[in-house]
Amino acid sequence: MARRGGAPEVSAGSMADIAFLLLIFFLVTTTIETDAGLDRMLPPIEPPDVDVIIKEKNIFQVNINKNGQLLADDNLIDLKDLRAKAMEFLDNNGDASCTYCKGKKNPESSDNPQKAIISLKNDRETKYSTYITVQNELVGAYNELRNREAQRLFKRDFVEIEAEYLNPETKDKLDETAYDELKEKVKRIQELFPQKLSEAETSSSN
Amino acid sequence: MSKFKFKKNTNTPEVSTASLPDIVFMLLFFFMTVTVMKDDTLKVVNELPNASEIKKLEKKDRIITIYIGKPVEKFEETQGEQPKIQMDDRFVNLAEFGSRVLEAINERPEHLRGFITISLKVDKKASMGLVDDVKEELRKINALKINYTTYEGDAYKNLD
Repeated sequence: MARRGGAPEVSAGSMADIAFLLLIFFLVTTTIETDAGLDRMLPPIEPPDVDVIIKEKNIFQVNINKNGQLLADDNLIDLKDLRAKAMEFLDNNGDASCTYCKGKKNPESSDNPQKAIISLKNDRETKYSTYITVQNELVGAYNELRNREAQRLFKRDFVEIEAEYLNPETKDKLDETAYDELKEKVKRIQELFPQKLSEAETSSSN
Repeated sequence: MSKFKFKKNTNTPEVSTASLPDIVFMLLFFFMTVTVMKDDTLKVVNELPNASEIKKLEKKDRIITIYIGKPVEKFEETQGEQPKIQMDDRFVNLAEFGSRVLEAINERPEHLRGFITISLKVDKKASMGLVDDVKEELRKINALKINYTTYEGDAYKNLD
C-alpha cells in the first residue's frame, strides 16, 4: 500500500512537560528585582572655603547610641515620635518668612525650611537596622511635608510625581514640554522643603 | 425505543488538555520577562532591612553594588566572623576598597561616570562601624551618590 500524505504528525503531548521544565528552570535561577532604597548624598571631603555660620536653633540634632536609643535635641525620645518631631522642626517657620508653613512659629526652633538642617550622628556600634529605620523616618518627615505642598499645588502626592519623573519610561511616553513641566514640578516642591540631612563624621564610642 | 438510549452515557466528559502548553508558555514568558539573573554569588550574609520611603534604582548601568555583612558559614574559617565587604565576587579589605571602586567606575562608559550610584547592600545585623568606614572611603574618592538598598516594608519591623 502506497503511503499517503506527508510525514506522520509529531505528537505534541510532551510539549507541556518541556514547557514546565523550562518554567521551573527560570523560576529557580531568577530573582524578582528588588533594588530600591534610600538615596543619600555624602558630604564632600574638602571643607567649604568660607565657614558658614549656622544658628544652633536651625539644627535638629539626632543622635543614636549603641543601644539604639535616640537623642533628639538633647531629649531622649521614642523612635515613633521622631517623624512628628522632625516635621514640627522643619515646618516651624520661626521668622515667619515661609508663607506655606503651618508650624508653631516657635522662636526657639528653626527659622524656615530653607535654613533647617537635620544632623544625624551614630555610634560605631549602632546596628545598621536601627540606623536605616531612623533614616527612613527622617526621609518620611520630608516626604510628608512635600506631599502636603504637592497636594496643595498640583493635587497629587510628591512621591508619585517624583516616581513618574524618575521612571525611564516616562521620557519616551511624554513629549518634551510635558516632561519639562514634570521636572519643573519636582524642582519646585524640592525647593519648598530642601532635604538638608547631614551625616557628619561619627563620634567614637567610649 | 431509541428515544431512551441517550441516558446511558452519563460520565463527565474529559477536559481537554490541548491548551495546557499555551498556558504554561504564557507563564514561562511572564517569568522570563520580569526576572533578572542573579549576577553575584553572595559570600556574605545579606539580609537587607526594611524601609518604606524608598526610591527605585533605575538604570542598572549606573549602579555599583557593594555587599557588607559577616561571611557565610563556608568562609567563616578563613575570613572570621567580623563583617566584611564584598564587591563583585571577592572579599575586599578597607585599604584597597577605594581603588577597587574607582576601577569599577572607570570600567563604565565615560558619559556615565558622573552619574554612578553606589548601592550599599548591608546586612541588617551589621554594625555601623564598617559602614562608616566605607562611607569615609567613598567620600575620599568623591563617589558621593549612595543608596542604602533595602526591601520595601514597614521600617519598624527592623527593630525586632
